[in-house]
Amino acid sequence: MEADITITVDGEPHRLVTDTRTTLLDALRDRLGVFSPKKGCDHGQCGTCTVLLDGRRVTTCLALAVAHDGAHVTTSAGLASDDRGQALHQAFLDHDGFQCGYCTPGQICSAAGMLDEAEAGWASAATEDVRSEPTLDDAEISERMSGNLCRCGAYAGIVTAIREVAGTGDGHGEAARR
Amino acid sequence: MTRSIERTVAVGEDTERVDGRAKVAGRAPYAYEHAVERPLYAHPIQATIAAGRVRDMVTERALALEGVQAVLTPDNAPRLRTGQDAELEILQDSGVAFRGQLIGCVVADTPEIARHAADLVEVDYERAEHDVAFPRERSGLYRPDVVNPSYETDTDDGDVGTALASAEVRLDAEYRTARNHNNPLEPHTTVAVWDADGLTLHDSTQGVHSMRSVVAGLFDLEESQIRVLAPYVGGGFGSKGTAHAHVVLAALAAKRMAGRPVKLALTRQQMFTLTGYRTPTVQRIALGADRDGRIDALVVDVEEQTSRIKEFAEQTGVPSRTMYAAPNRRTSHRLAALDVPVPSWMRAPGVCPGMFGPEVAMDELAERCGLDPIELRLRNEPERDPETGKPYSSRNLAECLRVGARRFGWENRPAAPRQTRKGEWWIGTGVASSTYPVHHSPGSAARIERGTDGRYHVSIGAVDIGTGAWTVLGQIAADALGVPAEDVVVTVGDTNLPFASVAGGSSGTANWGSAVVAAAQGFRARFGDDDPPAGSEHTEAAPENPDTERFAMHAFGAQFAEVHVSADTGEIRVPRLLGVFAAGRIVNPRLGRSQLLGGMTMGLSMALHEDGVMDERLGMVVNHDLAEYHVATNADVPSVAAEWLDEHDPHVNAMGTKGIGEIGIVGTAAAIANAAYHATGVRVREFPVTADRFLTG
Repeated sequence: MEADITITVDGEPHRLVTDTRTTLLDALRDRLGVFSPKKGCDHGQCGTCTVLLDGRRVTTCLALAVAHDGAHVTTSAGLASDDRGQALHQAFLDHDGFQCGYCTPGQICSAAGMLDEAEAGWASAATEDVRSEPTLDDAEISERMSGNLCRCGAYAGIVTAIREVAGTGDGHGEAARR
Repeated sequence: MTRSIERTVAVGEDTERVDGRAKVAGRAPYAYEHAVERPLYAHPIQATIAAGRVRDMVTERALALEGVQAVLTPDNAPRLRTGQDAELEILQDSGVAFRGQLIGCVVADTPEIARHAADLVEVDYERAEHDVAFPRERSGLYRPDVVNPSYETDTDDGDVGTALASAEVRLDAEYRTARNHNNPLEPHTTVAVWDADGLTLHDSTQGVHSMRSVVAGLFDLEESQIRVLAPYVGGGFGSKGTAHAHVVLAALAAKRMAGRPVKLALTRQQMFTLTGYRTPTVQRIALGADRDGRIDALVVDVEEQTSRIKEFAEQTGVPSRTMYAAPNRRTSHRLAALDVPVPSWMRAPGVCPGMFGPEVAMDELAERCGLDPIELRLRNEPERDPETGKPYSSRNLAECLRVGARRFGWENRPAAPRQTRKGEWWIGTGVASSTYPVHHSPGSAARIERGTDGRYHVSIGAVDIGTGAWTVLGQIAADALGVPAEDVVVTVGDTNLPFASVAGGSSGTANWGSAVVAAAQGFRARFGDDDPPAGSEHTEAAPENPDTERFAMHAFGAQFAEVHVSADTGEIRVPRLLGVFAAGRIVNPRLGRSQLLGGMTMGLSMALHEDGVMDERLGMVVNHDLAEYHVATNADVPSVAAEWLDEHDPHVNAMGTKGIGEIGIVGTAAAIANAAYHATGVRVREFPVTADRFLTG
């Protein structure tokens, strides 16, 4: 079964006829040739396919394209159009927050979405007091980024890069580290 | 021989990756992502029995599906040249050697149709009894001729029996490591195009030239008829170091669909069966020492598994042959050949598991001798390589241990275990040594050409799997040519470029860098130091290094871990890891640190999480995805730091580099297990170290 949908990717609208079984990830990659989001597990377990979907971070392998007619997708490539996205890109380069680069666009989209969530006051499992405004210390950043696996083990660089963009000092905030 | 790089300007610079901007934006094309015209999609059909044969495959329903182009089966697949490598010679007969083995594939217009059709193929099997159990007490182990890649299977020096019998302090224990899966985040992918020009493969491989050679042999082609490209590869950790069967399946499909590109990307689940894994190991270790901790006898007897159709013998006993002085030493390897998928390389094969048992045993011996574990290791430093009698080109393990102890704050550590508790948490620290041999592979060559843009274009068929080859080969070329790094442009990852050895054995930078230095020095010798005209071009291979015969060459390191174990739940956390390494010259500190940290992080993952669980009834790893086969996440790694000594080794190669891709994973897990013992007094001799081990009452 097929459906006619429109998806806007990094500001550019695309009309396509999609198999209703097709995930948003496969629609982006196989149909539109948008390869910034990667396929690592196809089961929502690794985070490499993360994009901002209407502003929120989402694993596109768990989204069916047909369910997102009219959606706005921002990939890591698209993030470079604003200051914070550029800052994230540069911080990942400065702190070598990647090696092979395959998880990286997903990490960066996840970081952008996570910064918005924290700014909106969302708590995480690392937040000591969920009534308080969370401070993005290293424990908070690590917890909030743990949906994005990096098999090269660049977590140390990823946390440093995000902390720098978040502007939260040396990372030793109030959340206790075990 | 080439001259060493003496004046280092670019080498040693802390720079960002030259391929970094493309990678952060997601613009660097991995194997699946190269533009090809009208691709078709292949989906594998896998055996659902572990032993037996395929009696019949009924393909009518699949073929009737709109959009299906072909169904390949053992009955109709193109023929291969067989008799060399049973892992790769798929669809040539009806035999099934392990569950998940490739027995066919569907080629269709879209991935959804291909996958659907693969499910519609009905397979009738003739089942045989399968044997997949390991490491149960078992008979029928055999002695392989050599262990990976070509080490002696067994060694026996001195008189171990007598030395053990007369030792003042003895230790005899068994250690086990789990089945580990490489799991690079980019699934193994091959895009194959078979047209009038020959066969083109966009492949996620660690070696384009070695892949070409294997495929040429199987398909009876000249190497000149095949081109393999891999400019960007999403990690490999050994699993992309050698050809696996999916590459052959993609090429078979492309041959059938001649003219149309065929894309085949394995699923995460399929990777657990088809791309190699690290065998579980059983290590029986005996140590005999005097009361001062001087080791007189050392025994490491290893049991592990391989597949029935292809042998891979992990060299787990090998690192103990060179690590510590012991006049009487015995090592051995025995294999169980089972109805299981083919094990293969995983980051630091042999050395990684083989430095678990012995390094925990050293911790146990230190306690029995009443010695600090660092002091025990210092007392057993060999003056020459115990295995070969050769001098080390450089060996700075002792300095790594001393420097690491200072940085880590080892000094005030209580000697006895189970001494420190903070609230819910027992707190302990542990240490272990790291090592990795300096491997040399011959034959890599590089081309240097002065471009019309005035820059020097360096070409070599090397592959950057995240190691930094794009960047560091430019730094090496810049210093070898005597020009700024920005005047050098590097191209890698294509068999149309000069031959390069595989990205494995921590030898890429050494082998390829040696070729780049040779080519640069040859270029200067031909065209002078000034301003050679555009088009000036020189290709040269890395020369042989006579010092590899004269010296034992190894990198060393010391790893320190702080471990917290919950007294209530047994939960284990590793808040702090420090590694100090002596690995020759570090070409780019930013990228080099990532290599070491990445290895340590994978070592932590191995220690705490990774365990491929075999269901003996089905013959399959049941936790075959990333939700159930756990790898370390960001929150598992609160603080990990890597440092290195400023080590100058004039013998290893022209750059003085030893290789850093693997040593980071060696010793980490032992340091964590030792720290967990120090925290709790519970000695865990088996991976992964999970919470239940600490809830003994």
